Order: sequence, then C-alpha cells, then structure tokens
Amino acid sequence: MTDQTLQSGSASGTAGPRAGWFGRLIYRSETARGYTLLTPALVFLGVAILVPFGILVVMSFWTAEGFGFDTTLTTHNYEQFFERPIYMALLSRTFGISGMVTIATVLLCYPMAYYVAFHVHRNKMFWLVLITLPFWTSYLLRVFAWKVVLGYEGVINSALLSVGLIEAPLEFLLYSKQAVIITLAHAWAAFAILPLYVSLEKIDKSLLEAATDLGDGPVRRFFRITLPLSLPGVISASLLVFIPTTGDYITPALLGGPDGAMIGNLIQKQFGPINNWPMGAALSIILMLCIAAISLIFIMLTLFVRKRIS
Amino acid sequence: MSVESYIRKPNRPLQLYAAIFLITLYLPVLFLPLFSFNDSLYVRFPLESFTVRWYVELFARDAVWNALWNSVRVGVAVALVSTTMGIFAAKAITRYRMPGKGPVVTFIMLPLVVPLIIFGVALLVLMSQLGVPLSLYTVAIGHMIVCLPFSIAVLIPRFEGFDASIEEASADLGENAWWTFWRVTLPMVGPGVLASLMLTFTVSFDEFILAFFLSGTQPTLPMYIWGQLRFPQEFPSVLALSSIIIVVSFVIVFLGQWINRGAISASTSGDAS
Repeated sequence: MTDQTLQSGSASGTAGPRAGWFGRLIYRSETARGYTLLTPALVFLGVAILVPFGILVVMSFWTAEGFGFDTTLTTHNYEQFFERPIYMALLSRTFGISGMVTIATVLLCYPMAYYVAFHVHRNKMFWLVLITLPFWTSYLLRVFAWKVVLGYEGVINSALLSVGLIEAPLEFLLYSKQAVIITLAHAWAAFAILPLYVSLEKIDKSLLEAATDLGDGPVRRFFRITLPLSLPGVISASLLVFIPTTGDYITPALLGGPDGAMIGNLIQKQFGPINNWPMGAALSIILMLCIAAISLIFIMLTLFVRKRIS
Repeated sequence: MSVESYIRKPNRPLQLYAAIFLITLYLPVLFLPLFSFNDSLYVRFPLESFTVRWYVELFARDAVWNALWNSVRVGVAVALVSTTMGIFAAKAITRYRMPGKGPVVTFIMLPLVVPLIIFGVALLVLMSQLGVPLSLYTVAIGHMIVCLPFSIAVLIPRFEGFDASIEEASADLGENAWWTFWRVTLPMVGPGVLASLMLTFTVSFDEFILAFFLSGTQPTLPMYIWGQLRFPQEFPSVLALSSIIIVVSFVIVFLGQWINRGAISASTSGDAS
C-alpha cells in the first residue's frame, strides 16, 4: 500500500523539470496515469490516516505523567488492560452489544431488502432512496430522537400512562443496554440494507423458476436458493454494522446509563475528564486489533461461502 | 409479466412488513418536529397547545448563528475539496487498469467502516504533538476523511455509466486532456458531481463524532446542540433547532440522491467488500 503511494508520489515529483519525458510516460502507461489521478486522494488519506495512526501506536507505549507524558517506551498500558478486569469486561460487553445489534439489524433488514429486490417493480430507486435517506442525516439527532421516544417522561411512557396501560413509567426503557441496542439497530439499518439488497438483486431469477418447476414450494425455494445465494450480502451487512458500532460512544452516553457503557465511552473519557491519553491510545489500538481479527474471520467466511456458491 | 406470475405475485405480509419498517424508520425522528411545536418544557403526551416560540427564540441567539456559520463554512470547504479529489480518484478507479487497484480502493473506503472515534482520537493526538491548535480547520480535515470515500462511492457509478470512447473521440478531434475533461467528462458526470457536493456537505454539516474531538473554541452546530443537551430548560429549543437541521438535511440528501438516481445500487457493490 505505502510503496504504491510513494511510487506515484515520486512519479509526480519528476514532473517539474522533465515535463516532456513525464508527459510521454503518462501518455503511455495506464498505471502511471491512473495513479497520478489518484495521488491527491491517496496522499491526503495517507497523511490523515496512516501518520496519526502511527503516532497513536507510539503514544500507546507512553505513560501519563501529570499533565504531560513520560515518553519512555513501556507496555504499562497494555499490562494495565489485562490486569484490571474493568477493561476486559467493558470490551466484551461492547462486542456483546454490537453482536446483538448486528443480528437484530440483519434479521430485520433482510425481509425489507428482499421486498425491494423481488416485489418492487416500479420506482425501485425511490424505495432505495427512501430507505437510505435517514442514514445520511445527523447521527446525533437520530440518537437524540430515541432519547425523546424512550425517556422517563418520553413518548412511549407518557403515551402508555395517559392511555392507562401502566401505573408508573417503565424505567428499563432509558439508560439500559436494551435502549442502546434498539437505537443502534435503528441507526445502522440503512447501512445493512444496501449490501443485502445488492446480493438479492443479483440472484438469477431463472434459478427460482427452475426450483419451482422442479417442485420446490416457496419455503424450500427460499432456504435452498435465495438464502444461500444472498449469504455474501448477509456477511458484508453484518461486518458493516458490527465494526462501526463497536466504536460508538454517543448512543451509550445519551441512552446507555451505567449498564450500557461501551469501550468508546472509556476511550473518550481517557482523552477528556480522565486525561490519560496514552491509556486511551492503548485502548484504541486494542479495539482496532480486535476489529481487524474479527474482520479477518468475516472475510475468510465470505471467501468460503463464495467458493461454495459458485 | 404474467408468465412469471408465481414469483411476482404480491406478498401481502411482506408488503405490510415493508410499510411498518418504513414507518419505524422515520417515526422516532418525526417526534422531534412534533414536540418542537408543543408549548411545554417537557416532552410528553398529552400535547399542550401549539406554539412557535421555541423557533422565535432560536432566531434571537447569536450562539446559534455563529455555530451555523461555522458548520456552513466547514461543510462548503469539505464538499468542494473532497468532491474535487473524488472526481480524479473515481476517474482513475473506473478508467485505468492498474496493479494494486483492489487494495487501494479498500484503503480509500476504510473510513466508511472503521469507527470514527479511532480517526478522531488519532488526529487529536497528531495535532497536539505537532502543536497545531484545534480549530475549524482541524474539523474540516477530519470531515474530509469521511467525505472523500462517500464522494468516490457516489461518483464511481457515474463514470462507469458513460462510454469512454466519447472521451477518446474528443481527444481524436484535437482537444487536449484538460479541455476534454472540462467539456466532455464533467458535463457527463455532472449529476454525480452535484450529488457528491450535496451529500458530502450534509455529512460534514451533521457530523458530530470527529467534531467532538477536533473542534476548538468555535463549535459546529452539532457541537452546540450537544452542549445544550445538559440543560433541561433548553430542551424545547434544542428540539426546534434539531427539527430545522433534520428537515434541511432530508431535503438536501433527497435531492442529491434523486439527481443521481440510477447510480445508487451500483455504488453499493463497490464498497461492500
């Protein structure tokens, strides 16, 4: 990855003094032309992602000292992570919540994606735009909306109270794990629908007709043709929901309460009120490593499924 | 149509499910405007009388206007820069066969998946080590990381959708690369560019996580809202402000997506892996 960036960087570096030679090279080589066009984006992302990430890794081996840092390299923060059970507990709870969110989101979105792929014939684009629209708009405000809905005196509680179904407000709605799961599943639904839709849309309809002609009913047809063929979409949807939700801290902060806190909240606190940046850096790195490991498993799974399908 | 009717016959339970799904998707957000017109400090049923005083109050606040102006400036800058870089990158990705394209595209699309808190924290650490004070510039850099992949994802299907031989014809007829781009390529991908500008603006305008770590003394609009959430008496005015932001965002995104329709389904296959 980096040497390609360097390569394109050095290619454009020679552009000044020997433009004629460079011009001919550019004209001839597709690769050079392509990478020259990619240079601004790659250089920007390289500098804005790789450099900060490198410094974050270095900082995770420092220790906090008063208001400054002790820059001698030590694995103190990582030892702390394994010694104090709170970190591990928080991390496993985070993955638990994200896992639940992923399962809920994919299960709820699959029928919707199926509907748009197979049963909407006119204005498909309108449906897709409608479904993905909320995803582009403010995440903070969508979480805030759920606070209004689930609150102690919120929409659900006050509506149930005024109808007379309950005597006192339901307390488990807000500041709980459930509230976090509901809100996250709702917030990431659009992200899950697109890969599901794409994989369902790709399915060759003649396979379904063949299955029906050979005597499969709708249920058998679904489990033997549609579901297996859409598994790549299910896996990428799971990945696209699971990974971003592990780092979330707004939803737990607004709706989670003590039971719903996630690792993101602790990372944010290390950079804020606790003011232990090296520990925050170490936690970020640990989170990234876990995500990378899980992604790897998902990718292997995709490759395995793809091989089985084709 | 009628030949394959056994697959195409309407499925009532599924239709019902789709309707409920859409309602659930939009309903929570719609409570914000509903309660913003309610003449009560508390968000609860039954509704009191109708009022616009929370909106009137907002107009008198300098802090809101300052935050709005900050967000607009960051959003416009981010939209212009990331779309410009996105046009070149999308052209390169669709038009040229290059070794290592797969990993490069994966790297570019990474910010769509990696939790933003990681980017926020990493950039914060970089800025503090370099001694760069946090400002709207640092927020804009953070937003560009997120907006660039979105812009590229929006633009790639546009480039895929038109025939490269038109560009070649222009070159054959004597236009140089710059004029070919300006007079042939850009008008052809125009809707995609417009959509990219609108979507990246909205993403930046609404973004909170990166702004939380990277903004200095000048708050963006979401940061201002976050600050107000601590005060219960400010709740109705936060509802009013949120309603305005949500309605404006929905309109911009809808227009952007609609201008660029036909390209949405294709764009998802690119970044899904």
